[in-house]
Amino acid sequence: MNPIFMIIGYILLAPIGGGLLMGLDRIITARMQSRVGPPVLQPFFDVFKLLGKQNLTVNRFHSYYLFFFLIFMMVSGAMFFAGDDLLMVIFALIVADVFLVLSAYSTNSPFSSIGAERELLQMLSSEPMMLLTAVGFYMVTGSFNVSAIASSGRRLIFYLPGIFIGLTFVLTIKFQKSPFDLAVSHHAHQELVKGISTEFAGPSLALIEIEHWYETILLLGMIWLFFAFNPALATAGALLVYFLEVFIDNANSRVKWELMLKSAWLVTLLFGLGNLLVLYFVLHIG
Amino acid sequence: MSWMLFLILFPLLPAVLLLIVKSVSIQKWIVIFASTLICAGAIGLAVTGIQGQPRYFGNGSSLVENLVVAGDIMLALIFLYACRRLPLKRCWIPLMVLAQYGVVVWYELSGRVPGVADYLFIDNLTIIMALIIGIVGSLITVYSIGYMQRYHEAHPHIPDRRGEFLSAIFLFFFAMYGIVFSNSITWIYYFWEITTLCSFIMIRYPRTEEAVRNAFLALWMLLVGGLAFAAAIVYAAGYCRTVELSRLVAMNKSVVMLPALLICFAGMNKAAQFPFAKWLLGAMAAPTPCSALLHSSTMVKAGVYIVLRFAPVLHNTAAGLVLAVSGGLSFVAGSALAISQRDGKRALAYSTIGNLGLIILCAGIGTHQALWSAVLLIIFHALAKALMFLCVGTVEQQTGSRYIEDMHGLISRMPILTIVMLIGIAGMFLAPFGMLISKWAVLEALAKRNPIFPPIVIFGGSLMLFFWTKWMGKLIAVTGRQPGRDKGIGIEWTALCGLALLTILGCALYPLVGHYLLEPLYGYDPMLSHRAIMMVAIMLGLMLMLPMGFFIHWKNLVHVAPYLSGANVADPHQFMGSLGSARAWSFRNYYLDKYFSEKKLFRGTLAGSMALMALMFLVANL
Amino acid sequence: MAFFKKSPWIFHYDGSSCNGCDIEVLACLMPMYDVERFGVINTGNPKHADILLITGVINQQNRGVVRTIYEQMGDPKVVVAVGTCATSGHFFTECYNTLGGVDTTIPVDVYLPGCAVRPEAIIDSVIEALGILEEKHKLSRRAGHV
Repeated sequence: MNPIFMIIGYILLAPIGGGLLMGLDRIITARMQSRVGPPVLQPFFDVFKLLGKQNLTVNRFHSYYLFFFLIFMMVSGAMFFAGDDLLMVIFALIVADVFLVLSAYSTNSPFSSIGAERELLQMLSSEPMMLLTAVGFYMVTGSFNVSAIASSGRRLIFYLPGIFIGLTFVLTIKFQKSPFDLAVSHHAHQELVKGISTEFAGPSLALIEIEHWYETILLLGMIWLFFAFNPALATAGALLVYFLEVFIDNANSRVKWELMLKSAWLVTLLFGLGNLLVLYFVLHIG
Repeated sequence: MSWMLFLILFPLLPAVLLLIVKSVSIQKWIVIFASTLICAGAIGLAVTGIQGQPRYFGNGSSLVENLVVAGDIMLALIFLYACRRLPLKRCWIPLMVLAQYGVVVWYELSGRVPGVADYLFIDNLTIIMALIIGIVGSLITVYSIGYMQRYHEAHPHIPDRRGEFLSAIFLFFFAMYGIVFSNSITWIYYFWEITTLCSFIMIRYPRTEEAVRNAFLALWMLLVGGLAFAAAIVYAAGYCRTVELSRLVAMNKSVVMLPALLICFAGMNKAAQFPFAKWLLGAMAAPTPCSALLHSSTMVKAGVYIVLRFAPVLHNTAAGLVLAVSGGLSFVAGSALAISQRDGKRALAYSTIGNLGLIILCAGIGTHQALWSAVLLIIFHALAKALMFLCVGTVEQQTGSRYIEDMHGLISRMPILTIVMLIGIAGMFLAPFGMLISKWAVLEALAKRNPIFPPIVIFGGSLMLFFWTKWMGKLIAVTGRQPGRDKGIGIEWTALCGLALLTILGCALYPLVGHYLLEPLYGYDPMLSHRAIMMVAIMLGLMLMLPMGFFIHWKNLVHVAPYLSGANVADPHQFMGSLGSARAWSFRNYYLDKYFSEKKLFRGTLAGSMALMALMFLVANL
Repeated sequence: MAFFKKSPWIFHYDGSSCNGCDIEVLACLMPMYDVERFGVINTGNPKHADILLITGVINQQNRGVVRTIYEQMGDPKVVVAVGTCATSGHFFTECYNTLGGVDTTIPVDVYLPGCAVRPEAIIDSVIEALGILEEKHKLSRRAGHV
């Protein structure tokens, strides 16, 4: 597909898709808790309401960094859907995250700053697995380009099951779901008030919400690649993983950062690196 | 060729002048003049010398050979003189000096060392190194004028011998250019040891007990590398029957492996890789220009440079793989240890060790793509790290502290310096700046090989990300204090802004560097594809838009205090405590001592790296 | 925009109550009453909230806190005084340290008496508050700010 169309499609449609997924998330969560839950369009209502509120700030810089948080997230996703180098996509995603962390730090507020430290720990925990996923794709398809990986026709899920498990584990961290929702807490799960997003209000908060929609679609896109040989299966797989994340979120409570870091790295090494080693031997010796 | 001779020999002139001239203002002009000439010389060399093939110069003449031998003897005597007051239990230091120089000089004088056809040579890697030394080095030298002035104002009890310090810097230029232009390993050895001497002189400069102790630590550790180098010369002269670098590198691997490994050992020693990391950490006691010039952007680069030269020998050998793993260990350990450091310079030292380990990893792998990445890493690391050291030095002089915690809210106190520092930190790890491009190239190069190396790079990179972003966060907190603390920074701005500009330009112009300098050396690399360049360009463009927003006055912003559970008082740095009085709150970074402190990691890394060094020599014949 | 009606975020603050009304407020979030159906989220951060639910009386110690929290909420905002203690101070007005109900410190938009207040009444007051929120928003837009 023409990269330009994909980019435009992503920029325009991803928020809608991401928002709907978030709404589904809330409904499923509610049903799991024997409640009814909000309408599925609730995230959109939330964002529009936030856009109409006052923009409360602590200083005049931190909202501006958030703007770059969103921009780099869009760049990262656009590069992914245009079929570019997956490593660069992940690096751009990291840049976006760094901007979020920097904007939280610049508020000079205790809750924000601790949230920022925790977000850094989350990045430390989740980044290795994501990059290893890209390396795994390279080992099987011979290319880092998303377009080549998606069109390679190889059944990546069978070559890289360990990496798939590792990536799903780490997506719990990226989606900020319990047990790894240390940095910014959803709605009722507070610990550091709202962690990173404590000092952001109104339009800034709306921006973070929209970014999460973009990020959701991008991360599910990475899951999609595992099943790219069958698009219907891939969509089902991505939705299933998302449902799994929601389920894990509801079934667990937050852990301390040590457990998050250790478990994430253990999973990365065991499932991620282990998968790569087995694959290497099978491909080169078998 | 004349450029090369100029660059090697000219620095001796200011070196001598600065020892003679005592007037500070004349010294200042000598330094500015000489630095500009050296910088111009390096650029002139680059412009006239860029070509595809390496070129050789300088027929062997016995006069010059004898000069080098005389130089060796003089160096040995200087070292022994420096050790004259050591207690008897440390006699092994002068003994090491005697051992190396005794053997080398005897070999040279007794004619056992074969002659060399061409003493000097130049290829694109030489040009890159020459540019780094010339441009980055000159900027640091100019910086040191201002720095040393304020250093002595702040520390009146330290005897003012800044002429010696500045002279040592120019001696160092002489030595560095000698290393990168020489085609004979005896010559390289001579210049190599001069850099050791310069390091010793500069670390010892403050003459405090700590400084002297660390100077001797650096001296004996670097002499170990010198011993290995001397052994390599002996072996090469005896068994390989040549000491010419270009011929050694092209020789049959089974013949030349041992001297190659010995020289790589010396290179890793100079680059402060584990197990030799201790000397670099101690060297942070030196004044900052020394740390910036020697211990981050130039002298330690000589170590990795020589390993890069021998990369063709190591390519596809077991020893090369072990060398790469050893570099990888330094990378991961350096990055992890940097997390727990509260002293800014110490953190930068560990980061340097880590990044040099990454370069050695690439050199050990030795494929064209890996070497591409290694050279890119050298360029960008030299720029960004030098900038960081200079910034930390200036911050220390302005605020009195170089601890990261004391840099909290620096953007409010010293906005311009902080922005320069942020560029430096971003240049070290953030996309799309140079180091990230290099790391991207590394991953692309390594993914083709076995799956052990990418995780090493990935984990090390993640650890580095953590520690750098943490530091950025400290700097960027807006505390609302009044700016104005950056008054009094004078000539240092030339270096600070110059290096910051180069960091950005280096990233923007990396395709040019790649096409003109690297492609003739190592062939085409996917980094130069249109898509790659476009991606980097888009991201760099977005980044550069960042400063613009600070000048726009955003309307609709409503200022409130930070959320402190409602207990805010008038001062935003305080809250209403439980007994009804206002109390201050403070925030400190995580240093994760439980996992990443020196106590936890240093000894294990030391043991692991020593085992790897031993293994490297054991598998030399495989 | 009707979006304030669709997405009211509340911030619950307990002045110094017996916690009876607080439990009833939290009960609204539970499966039996489930205010999330209306898009209500209990955020713990006044900067994210539209509606401030206050229970308990105002005393010397918490009046500064209540005022700060009110100031740290973004416009448009409404205050609901939940429970008789919050509306008027109940029988604690005689105590030496109490100042009375919430309206001694900040402007109140909805008064909800009850001891303890029933969840159905709380939900009703939130709906009432939403209408006032919309009004405030329209007024401020007409006045030209935001």
